[in-house]
This record gives sequence, C-alpha cells and structure tokens, in this order.
Amino acid sequence: MMDKNELARDLRACVLLFIVVCVLSIVYTLFINWSTQTIMPYQANGSLLYMNGTVVGSELIGQNFTSQGYFHGRPSAVNYAGNNSGGSNYGPTSAALMEQVRQRIEKVRIDNGLPANATVPADLVLASGSGLDPHISVASAFLQVPRVAKARGLPETDVRALVDRHIEPLQFGIFGQERVNVLKLNMALDELAMSRKR
Amino acid sequence: MLVELAHVAIIAACLAVAVFYGRYMARVFNGDSNLLTPIIRPVEKIIYRLCGIDEQREMSWKNYLLMLICFEVLGIAFFFMLLMLQGVLPLNPQGLGSFRWDTALNTAFSFVTNTEWQVYSGERDMSYLSQILGVIVQDFLSPAVGLACSVALIRGFVRKNFDTIGNFWVDVTRIVFYIILPLALILAFAIASQGVIQNMNPYVTAKTLEGAEQLIPGGPAAGLIAMQIVCEDGGGFFNVNAVHPFETPTPLSYAFEMCIMLLVPASMCFAFGEMIRNRKIGWALFGAMLALYLLSSPFYLYPEFQGNPILEKLGVAGGMNLEGKEMRFTLFEDMIWTLTSMCPANGSTLVQHDSVLPLSFMGILWNIVVGAPIFGCWGEGIITMLYYFILAMFLGGLMTGRSPEMAGKKIEPREIILAAVSLLSSSLPTLVFTGIAISLPLALAGLNNYGPHGLMEIFYNYASICVNNGSPAAGLTTNTPFYNLTIVVGMAIGRYSTMFTALAIAGSLAKKKIIPMTAATLPVTSPFFIILVVGTVIIVNALQFFPIMMLGPILEHLFMQLGRTF
Repeated sequence: MMDKNELARDLRACVLLFIVVCVLSIVYTLFINWSTQTIMPYQANGSLLYMNGTVVGSELIGQNFTSQGYFHGRPSAVNYAGNNSGGSNYGPTSAALMEQVRQRIEKVRIDNGLPANATVPADLVLASGSGLDPHISVASAFLQVPRVAKARGLPETDVRALVDRHIEPLQFGIFGQERVNVLKLNMALDELAMSRKR
Repeated sequence: MLVELAHVAIIAACLAVAVFYGRYMARVFNGDSNLLTPIIRPVEKIIYRLCGIDEQREMSWKNYLLMLICFEVLGIAFFFMLLMLQGVLPLNPQGLGSFRWDTALNTAFSFVTNTEWQVYSGERDMSYLSQILGVIVQDFLSPAVGLACSVALIRGFVRKNFDTIGNFWVDVTRIVFYIILPLALILAFAIASQGVIQNMNPYVTAKTLEGAEQLIPGGPAAGLIAMQIVCEDGGGFFNVNAVHPFETPTPLSYAFEMCIMLLVPASMCFAFGEMIRNRKIGWALFGAMLALYLLSSPFYLYPEFQGNPILEKLGVAGGMNLEGKEMRFTLFEDMIWTLTSMCPANGSTLVQHDSVLPLSFMGILWNIVVGAPIFGCWGEGIITMLYYFILAMFLGGLMTGRSPEMAGKKIEPREIILAAVSLLSSSLPTLVFTGIAISLPLALAGLNNYGPHGLMEIFYNYASICVNNGSPAAGLTTNTPFYNLTIVVGMAIGRYSTMFTALAIAGSLAKKKIIPMTAATLPVTSPFFIILVVGTVIIVNALQFFPIMMLGPILEHLFMQLGRTF
C-alpha cells in the first residue's frame, strides 16, 4: 500500500488537476467565443435576420405562420417557442398522433382547396424533431402557392417564381436535400407585395 | 444511389484516418514524442509541476482505482453544488433558477459517468456558467478517465512481471491535452462556420412577421457541442440535442460531426495493436467492431423507408414517417447518423427516437444493449470488446481443448469471471429497473405512448443509461425522484463495473509473464476467431433481450401493419 505522504500528494494532485481543467474549460470557451465573434459574428450570434432594423427571427429557427397570406411551416410540438425546443415524441402507433395528423390533413386540404382524397406531403402534417425546423419540402411550398397568391392578390406565376428562387440546393451536391426556408421565403413575399403596391 | 455511396465513402475515409490516428494515440499513451509534442509538452510540464505530479512514478491497479474514485467523487460533488447554487452564481443572463436536488444529482452523475442523460432542458434550465464549468469540464474529464482505464488495461497486456499499470494523473492530463483539445478546437470552428451559435448574450427577442414574439436562444454552444461530439457523450446544449437547428444547422455540419464521432473509438483498436507491437490484433478488434456495425445497419436502412401504413391511410404521401425528423436531412442521412451515433454510445439524436418506426426502433435498442463493444464510448468500447475476446477465447478454448491465451497472456478464471461480471452488470439493472417501473403507477404516469411502445419507452431509457449511452426515448417524463434516483444507480453500475473490472484485470495481467506463441495457441487474429467473437456478442445479448424485443418493437410492428393504435 502507499504511504501517507504519497496519498496526500495524490489527493493534492486530484484537486489541483481538477482546477486546471476548470481553468482550461474557461480558456477554451473564451478563446472560441472571441475567435468566432471576430471571424464569423453572423453565425455566432444566431444567424439573425433583420427587417427595418429590428430582428424578425433567425435563418435557422422556424417560426409560426398561420395567416393565409404566408407560407406555412411544419407543425411544431412546442409551437415554435425558441427557448423550449422539443418534438412530440409520439410513436408510430400513437392514437393521439394519428388524431392530430387527421386534423392537420383536413386543414391543409381545406386551406389549399384540395380534393377530399388528395394526399398531402408528409412534412406539412408531421411535427419536426426540434419543433423549430425552418424548412419545408419543395412539394409543400408549391402546394401552398395558389392559396398564398390568392390571399395576397398576386399573380400565381410570380409567387411560383419566388418559390423557385428560394429552393436551397444540396450542399456540395451530396449533403442534405432540396428544401425551402419558410421565413426567408415569407420575407421575400412581403417585399414582393410591398413593391407591387407602390 | 451515388449520393448514398458518397456518404459511405466519407465514413470509410474517416475509418482510414483512424488507422493513423491510432498510432498517434499510442505514442501519446506511451509518452513518446509526437506531432504535437513541441506545442503541448511545455504546458504539460508546467501542469505536472503545478499539481505536484511525478511523471515517472507509477501506480498499482488498486491505487489507480482509488485515485479514479477520488477524482470522480470530486467531479460529482463539484457539479452537484454548481447546479444547486446556479441561481445565485454569475453568467446567468436569463436568470435561471437552481436545480432541484434529485435533478442536480442525476445531472452530475450523468456527466461524470459520460452518460449525458439529460433530464433538464438545456436552454430553459442551465445557465452559461453551469454549461462551462459543469458540462464542458466533464466533457474533458469523463472521456479522459474512461480512456485512461482502457490504456491501463492495454498496459496489462503489454507488460510482463509488473506490479504497476501507469500513472492515473499523467494519463488523464495527456488525453485531455493531446487528444481531446485539438479535435474539439478543429470541430468547434468547423461547425461554428455552419451556423452553430457561440456567444454569451441574453436570448434575443424577435418580432416575427406575424407580429408575435419569439425568443432566439444564445449561449456558448459551438465549443460545447464540439466537445460532446468528440468525446462521445452526446449531451447537447439544447433540449432536443443534435436535431436542433443551432446544433446541426446544415447537412455539412452533420457530416463533420458524424466523422469525428467514430474517429477515436475506432482508433483505439489500432492504438492497442501499436502498443502491444502486434498490429494484427488491432485489425482483429477493428474487424469485429466493423462487422457488428455493418450487421446492424439493415435495421436502420430498410424499415424507415417503408413508411407507416397508418399514416398512408390517413392521406400522408407515401406514409413517410417524418414525425421527429428535420427537412435539412434526407431520410438516409437521418438513419446513418442514428446508426453511427448509437454505436459509439454517443447518443446524440438527429431524429426523435421515440417517433421512429418499430423495426428501426429495434435496431436502435439493439445497438444500445449490445452497446459498448461496437466502437463504444471512450475506453469502454475497447474494454468491452476485449472482454468479448476473452469470453470467446474461453469458449473457443473449451471447444477445441486448448488453453486460452491472448497476446501471450494466459487467460485464467479470475479474468474470465471479471469479464463476464462486467458484461452482465449493465443488463441486470436494465431489466430489473424496467420490471420495477412497469409495475409502479407513479412510474407509468410519465408515459407519453401506450401499448408496446410504452413498454419500450421505459426499457429504452434504462438500457440507455445502464450502458452510459444517454440518448432518450424522450416521451417519458423522467424528471421525478423515482426515475432520477434509479437512473443514478443504473449509470453508476454501468460505468464503474466496467472500470473496476478493467483495472483489476489490468493488474493481474501485468503480473503475468508473456508466453511465446506455439502451434497450440488459438490465434486471435484469424477470421474464424473474429466470427466466433461476433457470434458471442450476438448470442449473449440476444439471450438476454430477445423476450423484451418481442413484446416491444416486434409486437408494435405487427400492430402497425394491422392499423391498430393505442
């Protein structure tokens, strides 16, 4: 067995090494904080989007759209609360989930004037993992074009062209899938509507 | 198809890097000069002087274990106090309150045992100070301690007629500075460039286009997320972990994170081969892990693409199960991440596991209960795989009438018993606690799903914590004293049974002499032996868990085909 001196020395090493790692964690965080704030402040601060000088949201965080004149995002289990991310955690045989989905499909069909037996893109009626998904599929965006165009009094072709411009491609051709950022699309839509009024 | 192949190629490239990274790691463990010596060695020396650590002095396995326990107790106590006092400590711009005692205890244990079970919600409950001094500190220490144990075990194989297995403080210091820090720094910048936030600001209130208010969270996320990916702990900054758009903002960030997840656990195989001066054994360990990884992939890559017939009947196009998934990633990416994150016991979730289809859920569960040996947590992976080698050696030796030896070390009853105890000790609390929980109304009150899926929710969570995976089937509400305390016990048994046995075996192996290979030795590097190991892993786990798999995912799959809901 070790003698008392060695034990005392080891226990001191235990506490001191722990303190060293605490200091390391602080230095590590401060270093990354300082350098990311210097090199890439836009990303580091949450990819915030501004309109007339006020923050309207983040490029990466979806927000709730309910009015007919906006493109709608995915259903969210937490109602797009930015400080409370979460999914529904309903399993594939959950009766509660199926009831929700049935109601959402009905609403999508009525809102967009689809026939009663039309299939609906899955992302438009199933809640996202984080509850904050900023994107919808390309199919879901095009499905909403007639409704949005009618509510805004804009020609359908213009709105369709706008969606076309907002399709985000695969990253480097291999990562991810084609998708549409709902907030950016709706901001562009507001701009388009504004420019037409003038 | 080409796109999918590109992803597979990326993983293969990462595993190829592991071959060389393993050699680098071996040099670090041996204290030889390496690529980073000129930069880090001076810092290392200062730390030894500051802490009064004698680099040359080595410890017996008992002292090594004693020091490890002291270090872990200190870590738990510190984190616990930090969370209990969070409300009055600085760096808390949102003014978040302190934790309840059982939540704090659970969280402290969870991070110190490298489980990263998160019963709290990151953005709602934890201040920036607790994230830095609690989570990040343990992101450095808990994997370092785990890896140190495996290094000690490897030394047991390397040494002959030795009483000591290394110096715990030196091992931990080297792992923190040479292995964790450089990888974390690289990954932090890579993911920050993709949009992972890194600031100390209060949350921003946005005025949405429809005129409502939305809080956009802030915080030192990039540094922390890089750490948690590198170190296989999987404890995210935000409540929903990697699926949060601030954690994996783009598909490219997903690829960065997935590659780094596999790197160190795979490298440990090659580090073993390097340290023991027999690269073939390293390849044998790696081959067994890779075989198990590939064997579990059909569970991930097939069922999810079939869709959910209940959804299809309701009118969802193709019955695609996008519940709990995000549109940035393809289904293939979601599932390959889940496979890759479940195998190294990372437990970072890119999809909500509670919402995947039953057969994929079974695949996830399988990788959790088989747990450690498929790449596995830092240290625990290689240790558990070595145990399976020992067990298979014992079986093979019995079948062919040869005395079991591994790398020149005679495997005797003491080693076999310790290995078997460790392999069974994580499944015992899983099954016992699941049994208790499903018979207690207060535990069942937390369920979010019913029928077979409800049973799986409870089983999943105990399995996940007992192998220190830490991913949740998040539907279950576990922030109650019952769950918090049983989970603490499960985590502690899972982690410390592995470490205790690893050090005990290291101690007894180091004392033995090395016997030269003869024709009578069962070669551990032959393909036949690797098949035996893979078979042992599958049979040992299937025997324990097949009944509950029948009652859970398989039954649920059948109900789903019939259109039955609960």
